[in-house]
Amino acid sequence: METIVFYVFSAFMILSALMVVTVHNPVRAAFFLVLTFFSSAAVWLLLEAEFLAVILIIVYVGAVMVLFLFVVMMLDINLAELKKGFVRNLPFAIIVALAMFTMIFMVVGSEQFGIDKFAIPERHASDYSNVSALGQVLYTDYVYSFEIAAVILLVGIVAAISLTLRRRPNTRHQKIEEQVALKSADRLRVVKVDAQARKYSLAKKTTGSEGEK
Amino acid sequence: MLTLTHFLVLSAIIFSISLAGVFINRKNVIILLMCVELMLLAVNTNFIAFSYFLNDTAGQVFVFFILTVAAAEAAIGLAILVVLFRNKRTINVEELDTLKG
Repeated sequence: METIVFYVFSAFMILSALMVVTVHNPVRAAFFLVLTFFSSAAVWLLLEAEFLAVILIIVYVGAVMVLFLFVVMMLDINLAELKKGFVRNLPFAIIVALAMFTMIFMVVGSEQFGIDKFAIPERHASDYSNVSALGQVLYTDYVYSFEIAAVILLVGIVAAISLTLRRRPNTRHQKIEEQVALKSADRLRVVKVDAQARKYSLAKKTTGSEGEK
Repeated sequence: MLTLTHFLVLSAIIFSISLAGVFINRKNVIILLMCVELMLLAVNTNFIAFSYFLNDTAGQVFVFFILTVAAAEAAIGLAILVVLFRNKRTINVEELDTLKG
């Protein structure tokens, strides 16, 4: 049963990873990457890493891939230009990938890591909590690394905001500090006007004083 | 009957695919970033497989930190990409030669 589940999700994982690198549209590539993450979360569940499988879906599918999709849809990319050299590089890429896989396979094959070397461990009991087991070591043995990870996330926030923040000088927006610091004398001008007697003669009316108007 | 080799070979396949992806999508920075994410996923699968078969939680703690760093890396990388596109109107790697490297 587990073997079937493993093979089904690994097949999904490999096929969608292939689609990520070959598909022409970056939006579709992002969606296939989401599928890859989902099936790999299922594989991680088989390995009893429940917390990390959930984190993979929440953080990666929920945050990182949404960020990818935002950026992909925001940028106006000339796809035809970017796809040049795809076919030309394909044989070289296949050769490199096969060589890489062969080399890794020679190391991780069943001679080194087979069932006689690494016995299949017993499944934990149903009341075993992966989250508490992880938390036990995370907040004791690895507490300094944990805090460094928090600082790294903070640096990521600051860097991302400071990189993309831009000030456009021609947009109109409120300047709160100037509004608060404003005195009434800056806006209101009291004009002193002398009292004048009215002139009723027709000849003088055209040159009436400014103060009357 | 799932042995450790099953999981190691699976992550080796994913790693090789993403390595091939780096070569065939040499111009598109977004796909390159996605390939890096796939590589990290393969490495994380290795870590978790070893953690399960050696019955040691340290591997999962490592994956936790890798996920943290990878999330920060993706955020900063995409921010750089947005600034780059705003200034140069392209994300083609071959046109990004301002540093004359």
